[in-house]
Amino acid sequence: MNPVQRRPLCIALVGNPNTGKTTLFNRLTGSRQKIGNYPGVTVEKKSGPWIGSAREMTVVDLPGAYSLAAGSPDERVTLDFLAGNLAGEPRPDAVLCVVDASNVVRNLYLASQVADLGLPMVIALNMHDAAERAGIEIDAALLARHLGIPVIPTVATEGRGVDDLEKAVERAVESSSAMARVPWPECVHRATHHLAAGLEKAGLAALSEGELLRVLFDQDRAVLARAGWPSDLDPVPLLTASRDILAAGGHPPVSAEALLRYEHLGHLTADAVRFPEKRRRTWTERLDTVLTHRVWGLMIFAAMMLLVFQSIYAWATPFMDLIDTGIGAVQDFVAPLLASWPALQSLVCDGVIGGAGGVLVFLPQILILFFFIALLEDTGYMARGAFLMDKIFGWCGLNGKSFVPMLSSYACAIPGILTTRTIEDPRARLTTILVSPLMSCSARLPVYTLLIGAFIAPAYGAAVAGFTLLAMHIVGLAIAIPVAWTLNRFLLHTKPQPFLLEMPPYRQPRWRDVLWRMWERAREFIVRAGTIIVAMTIIIWALVYFPRPEAIRANLEAVAPAENVEQEIAAAYIGQSYLARAGRTLQPLFEPAGFDWKITVGVLASFPAREVIIATLGTIYGIGADIDESSSDLRSVMARDTWTDGPRAGQPVFTVPVALAIMVFFALCLQCGATVAVMAKEAGWRWAVFAFAYMTALAWLGAVLTYQLGTRWLEG
Amino acid sequence: MNSPQVLLSDLRPGDRARVLPALTDHPANARLLAMGLLPGTEIRVVQIAPLGDPVEIEFRGMRLSLRRADAAAVPWEKLP
Repeated sequence: MNPVQRRPLCIALVGNPNTGKTTLFNRLTGSRQKIGNYPGVTVEKKSGPWIGSAREMTVVDLPGAYSLAAGSPDERVTLDFLAGNLAGEPRPDAVLCVVDASNVVRNLYLASQVADLGLPMVIALNMHDAAERAGIEIDAALLARHLGIPVIPTVATEGRGVDDLEKAVERAVESSSAMARVPWPECVHRATHHLAAGLEKAGLAALSEGELLRVLFDQDRAVLARAGWPSDLDPVPLLTASRDILAAGGHPPVSAEALLRYEHLGHLTADAVRFPEKRRRTWTERLDTVLTHRVWGLMIFAAMMLLVFQSIYAWATPFMDLIDTGIGAVQDFVAPLLASWPALQSLVCDGVIGGAGGVLVFLPQILILFFFIALLEDTGYMARGAFLMDKIFGWCGLNGKSFVPMLSSYACAIPGILTTRTIEDPRARLTTILVSPLMSCSARLPVYTLLIGAFIAPAYGAAVAGFTLLAMHIVGLAIAIPVAWTLNRFLLHTKPQPFLLEMPPYRQPRWRDVLWRMWERAREFIVRAGTIIVAMTIIIWALVYFPRPEAIRANLEAVAPAENVEQEIAAAYIGQSYLARAGRTLQPLFEPAGFDWKITVGVLASFPAREVIIATLGTIYGIGADIDESSSDLRSVMARDTWTDGPRAGQPVFTVPVALAIMVFFALCLQCGATVAVMAKEAGWRWAVFAFAYMTALAWLGAVLTYQLGTRWLEG
Repeated sequence: MNSPQVLLSDLRPGDRARVLPALTDHPANARLLAMGLLPGTEIRVVQIAPLGDPVEIEFRGMRLSLRRADAAAVPWEKLP
C-alpha cells in the first residue's frame, strides 16, 4: 500500500452555529473523542476518529462561525486551522461543511470563504427533514452540480446520510473537488496583487490567495503578522491603499465581500432551492408568543431558573452526602491499614482521599446543571433566556448569556464558570468568569449556619438570623455588578463584540445528545480540575500536619486526662504547625477585622476549600475534626473563647461584629482551589491569580468595614 | 428619497424595513453582513424584548436578536 495513503486523513468540520454540527460530530466519532485546547488559546479542541470509515480519518470539530472574518478567538482558530497556520496542527485534507437546509444561502457564505482557501469540500445538507416540513424544496443533485462539490442530505440526530458522507469525503480528498469560487471583479484581484506586492517589497513570505482576501476584506493584521510583518511597521498604509483600489472599482470595502459572495451564491442556488410561496406560521412563532411574552415569558423564565437553581441546591444534596459518606468509609477502611505509619496514614486519608473527595463531591451539582444547560440549549430555549435578560446585564459589560452562569454559581462557581462557554463574546465571557465566584455558593452555607446559629440567632432572634442569611447571599451579587462595570471600563481592553443572537427554531431534545454533553463536561471537570485540587489539598495538609515533634505528645500524655488526650494532642500539634505559625504572623493583618490567631488560621486553612474552616476550628478548639456546622459543642466553645493577651484580654473573641466580619470575608473571598483551577483553565493563570487577588482584597476590606462599623454601631 | 432613514428602535413589531447602502465600519456591521443583512435586504421586526432591548428581526428566513446600539450602525429605511 502507498505509505502516503496510510496516514490518517484530517477532516475539518465547519459550519454556522445551530446547524447540528456538534450532533453530527458526535455521530461520526461516538465516544472516542478527545477534548483539548489549541496551543496558546483557550479555545476548546475536539477531535476523534471517524468510526467505521474505510480509510483512517480524524475529524476535528471547529468552533461554529458565520464567517472566517476573525473577530473572536474561536473564529481566529477556525481560520488559522483551515489555512494550516496553527502551530502543531496539520492542514486539513478536506473540509466537511455542515449547512442548515432551512437556510442554505447564508450557510454557504462560510463554505464559499473556506473554498477560497483551496481545500476540497463536501457539504452536509443537515436537518433537511425540518426544511421539508417548512415547505423548502432542495434539489441536492442540482445544487451539487452548481457548486461543483458533493452535497449530501443528512439528519444527524438520526444518523441519516452518514454513510454517504464518508464515501463523499474520501472521494473529495482523492479528486480534490473544490467549490465554485466567486468570480471576483478585476479590482479585487488588483487589490490582492497590491497586498502581495507590498509583502514582497517588505521581504516577507507570500500568502495564499485565500489569506490575501482575508487581509483585504477584514484588514486582518494577525494574518499579516504571521507572514512576518514586523510589529514596528505600520500596516495601515498598505491596507488602506488596497481598499482604495476596491473603492475605486466601485465596490465599497465594507460591504464588497458580502455583496459579491451573496450575489454569487444567489445565482448558484437560484433553481436548486425553492421556498414555499406562502410563509407558514411555525410552531416556533406560536411558542414564542408565550415564551418571550413580557409577562408570561419573564414568569416562565423565572420559574425555569428557579427549578434549575433548586435542583442544583437541593436535589444534589443527598448525592453529595452519599459521596461524603463513601469517602469517609474509604478513609475508615484505609486508616487501620496504615496505622503503623501515622504520617503516611494522615497523608493518604486526609490529603489524598480527602482531596479526591473534595473533587467528587461537586460531581452531582455539575451533572445536574449540565443536564439542564444541554437541555435548554438543545431545545433552543437558551437563546430566548438570553433575549429576555440581555438588558439587565448589558450595561455593565455582561450580556444576556451571563445570567445562567451567574445563577449556577449560587450553587457552585465551578459549573457556573464552565457554563460561560456559551458566551461568544470573549470580553463578556471573561467578565462573567471573574465575577461568578462572588455569588454565594453552597459551600459558604455551613459557615453562615455556624456563625448565625452561634451568635446572631441567640442575640437577635430567628427573623434577624434569616435576614442575615439572605443578606449574605445578596452581598456578593451587589458587589459583582460594580466590579463587572469597573473591569470592563478600566481593565479589559479587547474590543467589545456586538451581541447578535440567532433565535433558532425550537427543537425536540435528543436525550442521547443531552446526556452525552452532560457526561462530557463532568469528565472534563474530574480530569482537569481534579488533579490540581488534589495537589493543593495535599500542600495544605502538609502545612497543617508538620512539624510534628514527639515531645508534644509525650508531655500531653503525661498530664492530660485520658478521655480526651487525643483531641488535646491534635489541638497542640495544629497549634504549632506551619500554618498556625503563619496564622500568628499574619494575625496583625486581620486585627482590624477583629480576628484572633485561631480565626486567622481557620481563614488560611480554608483557602483551598472554604468549608474546611469548620473542621479546622474543631481541631484548633480541641473538639476533633469530625464535626459539622450544627455542632453545639463547637458553638459553645467558640462563645466561651476569650482573648488571652493584648488590649482585649479577658473579653470574648467572638462578638456579633466579629461573626459578621467572618461571614462577609467568606462571602467575598475566593477560598476555593477548585474554582481557581477551573478559572485558570478557562481564562488562563493570570486571570485566575487576578480574581484571587481582587476577591481577597475585597474580602479583607469588607471584613474590616463590617467589624469597624459594627463595633461602633452595636457597641458604641 | 421619500422614506427617511429611521432607527431600529423607532420600529414596532410587525413593521418592515430595508437596509440602506451607506454602511459604516462598525464591528456589528461586518457580522451582520456575513449573516446576509446586506444593503437592500428587507427585514421584519418580530418582537422587542420585555425590557425594551434587544430587538428580534427576521430576514432571509432566519431570526436574529440584536441590541439597539448595534442596530444603530445600520442605516434603515421604513417600508410601508
